[in-house]
Amino acid sequence: MNADAEWLDVACGAFLLAAVGVVWRRDAAASSRLLAVQGAALAAIAVVLGADRHHPELYAVAAGVGLLRAVVLPGILRRAVTASTEDRETRPLMNVGASLLATAGLVLLAYVAATPMVRLENTPAARALPVGLAVVLIGMLVLVTRRKALSQVTGFLLLDNGITAIAFLAAAGVPLLVEFGVSFDLLLAVLVLRVLTTRLRASFGSADLDDLRELHD
Amino acid sequence: MNELDITARTMTVSVVQVLVVLLGSPLLVGLMRFVRARMEGRVGAGVLQPWRDTVKLLRKHRLDPEGTGPAFRTAPVLGVAVGAVAAGAIPLMATGTAFGTGADMIAVIGLLALASAALALAGLDTATAFGGMGASREMTIAALAEPTILMAVFALSARVGSTNLPAIVAAGAAGASRLASPASLLAAVALAVVVLAECGRLPVDNPATHLELTMVHEAMVLEYSGPDLALVELGAAMRLTVLLGLWSSLFVPFGIATGTGLGVLLLGLLVFAAKTAVLGCVLAAGEVFMAKLRLFRVPELLAGSFLLGVLAVAASFFLD
Repeated sequence: MNADAEWLDVACGAFLLAAVGVVWRRDAAASSRLLAVQGAALAAIAVVLGADRHHPELYAVAAGVGLLRAVVLPGILRRAVTASTEDRETRPLMNVGASLLATAGLVLLAYVAATPMVRLENTPAARALPVGLAVVLIGMLVLVTRRKALSQVTGFLLLDNGITAIAFLAAAGVPLLVEFGVSFDLLLAVLVLRVLTTRLRASFGSADLDDLRELHD
Repeated sequence: MNELDITARTMTVSVVQVLVVLLGSPLLVGLMRFVRARMEGRVGAGVLQPWRDTVKLLRKHRLDPEGTGPAFRTAPVLGVAVGAVAAGAIPLMATGTAFGTGADMIAVIGLLALASAALALAGLDTATAFGGMGASREMTIAALAEPTILMAVFALSARVGSTNLPAIVAAGAAGASRLASPASLLAAVALAVVVLAECGRLPVDNPATHLELTMVHEAMVLEYSGPDLALVELGAAMRLTVLLGLWSSLFVPFGIATGTGLGVLLLGLLVFAAKTAVLGCVLAAGEVFMAKLRLFRVPELLAGSFLLGVLAVAASFFLD
């Protein structure tokens, strides 16, 4: 195993650990910090892959991804958290212990499901592919089990980080232009959700999505 | 060197380890209390204070609470004995201990569980409210910690193909670069959390208080006094030393003696003492900045470390 492969392992490990941390901590401020760590790990994956496959283009992608996902998006989330008084995730639909066990199951599922892909091409990047898949699944889990709008944004960002990681690991990234477009979409989505959350809170006093099930006058 | 000589050397290693842990563990506890006191701005008792306490307690005469049976009387001795056997079996200063293939990780963990089960029984035996409460909490935590330990062990032993501790440690000492792999890092974090839980340190249990709402270990040993209390404290200190030594042997096996030369063994002993002292200081310093977790949050912490253990096993199984 060469040095590049080991760095890739470490970056992927940090990437997955940050996702696990989001499930573990119910604190929204801690989630935004973990998302920043995850964004940095994603940028690191891109850098390692760029060095490994001699794609200088990947460095530019890594810089963009790092800036957006490690600085800008967690920054927006953090500002939203500090703006609100209810900054803790009070009532997730599943308790933390059960969600952690579910996470363990999802990670194993991702590993099992990705076995054919790993067998297809036995490179370090392909072996790390299940990590991206696992983060997508964990993002889904966070998305469906959290009640607060802000935590759902966290789940959405996890999901997208996972998809981007799969793109990097499976195909050494998508073309720069497409990556740029996706990142811009993501930024817009988060900004819109942020504005929506603020409006929700202004009109209803909370951003609990369970309150949105019935129509009111 | 012939067969007999090697056996004599491994015997020496085990005996020295037992003696060092027996004599050194109160010093470790004293050092940790001292570091903590200094960081909190107190003068603190000296490093030797636990030993002074032990000597004082050993001079007093025994007193059994009314109605207690054999469980209450055997638990303190059993705790120290288990600590001594574990100290002899686990490769702390050298990879070759006298137990050979008997130094199995699962057996060692079973031994440590035996000591905590005995103490829990003793807590129940006193038939006081606190004893029963402490025992039930201790068993809850132990039941949650046990799977995590096994997971972390499997992550390490999958690489070596054996649960024999000397084999695992020797493999780690031979190829140190593999220790930076994700599997091993995850297992290290998982096992560290469990060591904290098993030793009753913050954030699972606060060893410094006797607050009735929160105490776990102290609640079980509330009825002990005199020499029995000294043995209970010594057993707890040995458990802490052994577990810290086990953690450092598994994840930072630098300087551990792989040969049987006298110089190498001495170096291994010094490195073991230094590593354990550093770990103890780090632990004590960390505790200054930590609050105790609510009891009902402890399962979350342990579920998290169990997940890390599962991830470690998955990583070592799928990535290697």
